[in-house]
Amino acid sequence: MYIDSPHRVDALNADSSSHPATDAAGQTSSAKPDGLNRPQLIICEHCDSVYQRPVLTHRQTAHCVRCGALLERARHLNTDQLLALTLAAAILFLFANAFPIMQIGLQGLSNEATLWGTVQALAHGRITPVALVAGLSIIFAPGLQIILLAWVLVYARTGQIAPGFRTCMRALEHLRPWSMLEVCLLGILVAIIKLAGMLEVHAGIGLWAMAILTILILLIAGRDVRDLWDELGVPIR
Amino acid sequence: MRQPPYASEVGLLLCRDCGHTCRSTEQACPRCDALLHRRKPNSIAYTWALLAAALILYIPANVLPIMYTDMFGSGSENTILSGVVEFWKEGAWDIALLIFIASVVVPCMKFFVLGMLLISTQRRSRWAMRERAQLYRFIETIGYWSMLDVLVVALVTALVQFRALSTIEPRLGILFFGLVVVLTMLASMSFDPRLIWDAEKDDVR
Repeated sequence: MYIDSPHRVDALNADSSSHPATDAAGQTSSAKPDGLNRPQLIICEHCDSVYQRPVLTHRQTAHCVRCGALLERARHLNTDQLLALTLAAAILFLFANAFPIMQIGLQGLSNEATLWGTVQALAHGRITPVALVAGLSIIFAPGLQIILLAWVLVYARTGQIAPGFRTCMRALEHLRPWSMLEVCLLGILVAIIKLAGMLEVHAGIGLWAMAILTILILLIAGRDVRDLWDELGVPIR
Repeated sequence: MRQPPYASEVGLLLCRDCGHTCRSTEQACPRCDALLHRRKPNSIAYTWALLAAALILYIPANVLPIMYTDMFGSGSENTILSGVVEFWKEGAWDIALLIFIASVVVPCMKFFVLGMLLISTQRRSRWAMRERAQLYRFIETIGYWSMLDVLVVALVTALVQFRALSTIEPRLGILFFGLVVVLTMLASMSFDPRLIWDAEKDDVR
């Protein structure tokens, strides 16, 4: 593997780690935690290559030599920071849903749309199934991500494993691809430009909340949460 | 450069749900209880099926109108492409390009790339394996941006509702397009990029 860092420390253990075959052969899975409950071997999910887990410092990333995929990234937020951002995201999520994201005016008349109203607009006869997809991607998936993260992190803060930790973490893993707030944000931009020619368009409070929420979700709901498995030392059965 | 060993060569298995390194004899991940598979089960067949379904639905998605606009009494229906053309004619070439990329280029690229990956993997081709792996990761990353058009239609429909003056309504095409996006996402999720590298090994599946 090779290690990238903004301040290029050194390509540490690039050689020594690239052939752990001999020591790996007889070893049981993660049998030797190195003090921090971190299993010593990691496997590239894109090509199945086995590496010794690198020690990464701030902002370093490890990539697979064979296929170039990201293997591991040094965590840039600790549990407290993650929880704080998650709670901020929860509040912003409420704002984004409670307040209109856009308002339009036409000859004295005005109209506004909320996120829920946007999803409902698609619930139109035979088209309804696509409203479910839109609802999942801009309301349910992000909302559920925030709830699950908050639940897991509140316990993790004190080093505890939350009840239902396994289910929550696996759900987070499967929700990630369906959470599309950033696409929705671009959609709002396109809609504003599309309508601005014929109507007055104003951004609502919900839009600002959503813009910040999008950034927070990208920060908190990424693959980094997987580190909790090792950090909390979730027991191996 | 010396290449690292494959997990299957050293009796290990990756849990895709939690990233745990498991023994290849285990049925379920000892840490998160997820079922373990050496490769995603029936990856190639599932991916082909989902891809074919998406390709078929992509036809009505483009032919049928996705939106009906009634502005001050004059109604018109737009398909994905006519919407792009309209933006272009109004001089908003940047938005036209954006929608064209999200609704036409991205899905088409997914069809071609996944098709190419499936065929080359089935033939156990060793050609440009690293580049093919990169291509897979690329389409996985960009895939969901296709949802853009669906959300734009939803947004303008929700906003423009002035009974007598103007209304915008969604049309059936957007359902097909939404399904195409979901199906192509499922297709790229069900493809297992590790199959690309299995061509290097002797033990088939």
